[in-house]
Amino acid sequence: MKFSKIKIGLLCSLAIAVPVSAQIRVDITGGISAPMPIAIPAMPTPAVSPTAAGDTGALGRKVAEVVTNDLKNSGLFAPLGPGALNPVAFQQVANPDYPYWGTTGAQALVQGFVQANGDGSITVGCYLYDIVGHQEMTRTGFVVSDLSKWRQAAHKCSDMVYTRLTGEGPYFNSRVVYVSESGPKNRRTKKLAIMDQDGANHRFITNGQNIVLTPRFAPNRETIVYMSFAGNQPRVYIYNLGTGRQQLIVNQPNMTFAPRFSPDSRYIVFSMSVNGNTDLYRVSASGGSPQRLTTAPGIDTAASYSPDGSKIVFESDRSGTQQVYVMNADGSGQQRISFGGGRYATPVWSPRGDMIAFTKLGGGFAVGVMSPSGGGEKILTNGWQDEGPTWSPNGRVIMFFRTAQGSGKADLWSVDLTGVNERPVPTPQDGSDPAWGPLLP
Amino acid sequence: MKTNTTLLITAAFIALAACSKKKPADLPPPPPTTNETAPPADTSGSSVGSTSVPGSRADFLEQVGSDTVHFGTDLYDLDGEATGILAKQAQWLQKYPNVRVTIEGHCDERGTREYNIALGDRRANSAKNYLVSNGVDASRISTISYGKERPVANGSDEGAWAQNRRAVTVVPQ
Repeated sequence: MKFSKIKIGLLCSLAIAVPVSAQIRVDITGGISAPMPIAIPAMPTPAVSPTAAGDTGALGRKVAEVVTNDLKNSGLFAPLGPGALNPVAFQQVANPDYPYWGTTGAQALVQGFVQANGDGSITVGCYLYDIVGHQEMTRTGFVVSDLSKWRQAAHKCSDMVYTRLTGEGPYFNSRVVYVSESGPKNRRTKKLAIMDQDGANHRFITNGQNIVLTPRFAPNRETIVYMSFAGNQPRVYIYNLGTGRQQLIVNQPNMTFAPRFSPDSRYIVFSMSVNGNTDLYRVSASGGSPQRLTTAPGIDTAASYSPDGSKIVFESDRSGTQQVYVMNADGSGQQRISFGGGRYATPVWSPRGDMIAFTKLGGGFAVGVMSPSGGGEKILTNGWQDEGPTWSPNGRVIMFFRTAQGSGKADLWSVDLTGVNERPVPTPQDGSDPAWGPLLP
Repeated sequence: MKTNTTLLITAAFIALAACSKKKPADLPPPPPTTNETAPPADTSGSSVGSTSVPGSRADFLEQVGSDTVHFGTDLYDLDGEATGILAKQAQWLQKYPNVRVTIEGHCDERGTREYNIALGDRRANSAKNYLVSNGVDASRISTISYGKERPVANGSDEGAWAQNRRAVTVVPQ
């Protein structure tokens, strides 16, 4: 990886260890406190220098804009971005002008710099200050060798601020794979597409010739697994993001679908229908014979591993309606966990292990969460059809797709666990079946 | 958005390239070019009369009357109307033992993606099993489920949903 974290020494000769008592903190439970005002001025450069991604002065402003957008989208911050603030001199990056920042109303301050290193790489520094307490809270920095990845440095700066102020894990430096949709309702064109979680760096993976559904990231970030109707043979394929190679995983005359990786990326759990009966199977990601995990008559599908790999949550209509079940990863100990009334589908285990997101079916569809034992149900959304939840890497945000009544147009949305901060996710066309990938290095 | 336009053009170019006989080895094979679903109502209405080629799709639609059976919400069992249509399909298929068919299973939009793929498969298999029980060799019938991906009626109302919950017997042109 050309992307290394460094200790920033060049600006910190005056920096002294700061006391950590009585520092500001963001409440993530929602409802109690308003979003924290935070100032994010454009990041200065010691000398304006050309780079493969524009000059360092322009990049410094763009990095601050990416951080501003990330923190705003979290719903936990009310950022004052570069457009609303005085420019910062390079010498002030490690020595903020607290009296000025005090007048902005912000409680926290993110400063940084972008510096060309002379070898084609840049260094991005990122500092977080407590404006009220006149204290530095934390800092980090990155050398970016591949300038096409400069946004990752910005997202890592956002993640540093977010984790320091909320105590939660990072999630901004991550990608999403999803199905891009266009065309009339009875003949939608569907293409696999991948993008950063904020919609940047969007690219199509397939050309729309075949229907593609339910892409899912491998936890090792190297491959995605999805369903394609290529050759009118609906099957699960693996796509290697590095080589572009696609591979059928199970070569059988039966339809395979609804795939998902195990947390160690070694296995894929999926559904296979044989003569109209759908069961769950597991196969090595490198191929081989599938191992059958369920045998109950009925539809067993939409399986998802627990983060430790020991259990699988899935939906089954063996009771007569779609409900959520948990079993051991070898198929033993199958137990229904959803008893809230109504039907439950597409369960997905949180990367933190503490919750299972699902689609609840009634008159329409809603996205909600429950505990792995089935308690504590909470409905988070209320569109006409909100379907297919996927978790952010830190288990605090859920992305899903919302289909409009009538037109059938679908779009990606995100919502946090409070259910209050619901936002559209920008995509060039319509979108469905999102899968949030793991944190990038 | 300039980059997206470029990507679209690139994607279209790839699509064209993939249509030629020489496909890249690392892509899933392209679908057969002719075996797409035609809207059944329209083709059956064509005024070909009795000039249809025996054993053709037009002949099938003319003789049987319908290539489609419908299902109740979330159901895959066949009602009297459906078995009546399928019995006539079976008779026609016995008359033309060299014809192979594909049965497509479809769902309305009120189910989740994965479940509907499985439910469409159940519906296609229901229709297939009925044809087999009426003397059609199982090896002549393949099935495919489109879930909720290919509705025939575009509305979000009971009438549209009823039309979309279906199994379609597709005879080659």
